[in-house]
Amino acid sequence: MNAIAYDSGAVLGRHLQRIRHAPGVVILTQAMPINMLLFFGYVFGSALAMPGEQYRAYLVPGLLAATAAGGIMTGMFQASQDVQRGVMDRFLTLPMSRVAVPLGQTAADLLTTAAGMVPLLLVGLAVGWRIEGGVLGALGALGLLLLFRFAANWVGTYLGLLIRNEEAAGQLGATTFILPLLSNAYIPAEGLPGWLRVVAEWNPISALAAAVRDLCGNAAPAADAAWPVAHPVAGSLLWSLLLLALFVPLAVRRYARSDA
Amino acid sequence: MTTTYAVLSEGLEKRYGADVHALRGLDLAVAEGTVCGVLGPNGAGKTTAVRILTTLTAPDAGTALVAGHDVLTDPRAVRRSIGVAGQYASVDGELTGRENLRLFAKLLRIRGPAGRARADELLERFELTDAADRAARTYSGGMRRRLDLAASLLTRPRVLFLDEPTTGLDPHSRNQIWRAVRELADGGTTVLLTTQYLEEADRLADDIVLIDRGRAAHRGTPAELKARIGSYAEVVLAEEPTEAAAETAILAAAAVLDQLTGAEPALDRERRTAGAVAKDPALTLPRLVRELDAAGVPVADASLRPPTLDEVFLRLTDRTDPRAPHTPHRHDEPHDERHDKEHAA
Repeated sequence: MNAIAYDSGAVLGRHLQRIRHAPGVVILTQAMPINMLLFFGYVFGSALAMPGEQYRAYLVPGLLAATAAGGIMTGMFQASQDVQRGVMDRFLTLPMSRVAVPLGQTAADLLTTAAGMVPLLLVGLAVGWRIEGGVLGALGALGLLLLFRFAANWVGTYLGLLIRNEEAAGQLGATTFILPLLSNAYIPAEGLPGWLRVVAEWNPISALAAAVRDLCGNAAPAADAAWPVAHPVAGSLLWSLLLLALFVPLAVRRYARSDA
Repeated sequence: MTTTYAVLSEGLEKRYGADVHALRGLDLAVAEGTVCGVLGPNGAGKTTAVRILTTLTAPDAGTALVAGHDVLTDPRAVRRSIGVAGQYASVDGELTGRENLRLFAKLLRIRGPAGRARADELLERFELTDAADRAARTYSGGMRRRLDLAASLLTRPRVLFLDEPTTGLDPHSRNQIWRAVRELADGGTTVLLTTQYLEEADRLADDIVLIDRGRAAHRGTPAELKARIGSYAEVVLAEEPTEAAAETAILAAAAVLDQLTGAEPALDRERRTAGAVAKDPALTLPRLVRELDAAGVPVADASLRPPTLDEVFLRLTDRTDPRAPHTPHRHDEPHDERHDKEHAA
């Protein structure tokens, strides 16, 4: 256990050093949801039935949830890059813990995401979003967001270990932007046609966005929605735990026998 | 134990999918403290063999012991005993050279100041001190390879695996790597290196294993392998006034060589030479000259010399091009232009 912590710490340090050398990548990644908030919030916001300010307040939790889901993309890219460039092989020939490489990578991602969400929160507050659920609610929302980010990053890490090619991972990663589009992150799912509404409400991002809206006192959960959205806090928690239970072992096993 | 083997494998088999049979029963025995050169064309199974011995790939069948530990049942003990450098097992290009070495020192449990000191010592030794604080991706090919090698020497491993350590390097970098390998070997480290450069094996290896189609086809010291086939006979033709006459002369020389050696002669029209490896070790220079004379070949010079390992390689694997891929697989070595040119003639 001690070895896992020590090795994971070393790998985490490696990823933080990488960010220190190339902060631009992180800044651009963090700027993305802010741009979307301003673009969607003011361009679409003025065309929607919902008043602009109200839509922007609706949008902020959605963008936070979408940012958390972005962990798939970064995990996929990082893991496939390390495989392709032979760094994984170097780690694999060292007498170190087999869990440490993916764990250190996902832990580093968690730290940078936590820091990176701050600017989005500030811009969100500036355009009219409010935290009305108290400190505990806000902390709970943050906890759910980070837990989901962590889970999504493990999903991405597993996929990256399968793909083994950074360009392919980059292209596939770029298509993950549709995941939040098929959820209630940017638009309320109630207005979607029947089958699409089912898809959107069973999308784990919807439960997370609804949970953030609930915990921050922005909107009560829709009682007639699918179970994970009607009970968003429990729903989101279960989604994250389910993804972790599936993809942590998958990724660790895949990493330990990365040749096959 | 009488002779201790640092690497001992028996009957290693590895398939990738249905089509690629990378290893078909590979036996290897590398005595402790020696340098073993593993030679073979692309796709012969060299890289697969190294991946199995370094615990990166599990064999489908067979056994392998590295530093006395079984790669399948005790991979951790193997990993504690080995260093790996080469085409894969690379460093992180986004980190500086120094950060890379410190990271791997940490993961090898060389903690704190000891790890930092060891990193600095290796940077110094491989002439990377000036570049130590630059991102490794900005390094030249030779610097990168030296950093890879430094990273594999942090713990002074008992067995060092080098997969094509100098492929694509300039002569200066190549010499630096060669010197480092010799020093390590002199210090008692067992080295297993794969290479496409016969000169490299000739210079560094105590023993050579020639892998062909996933098996050890031949093994021995460089001198033994060279002795296994006869001399290399080369004829330099006199200058001719016309191209047609030159062509007649070179073809006549080729016919004589073909008859004497039983091997297809290599012709170089620009240098007016024809040469072939003699199958019969008893071929003498006087006989060669007599036969050429009898056939009316206008000879400027003729010689018999020991074959190079290149010639040995071609003869023993019965291949016209040492890099002709016959079982391409996904661990194919990167193509090397320079080396191809040497063989274009």
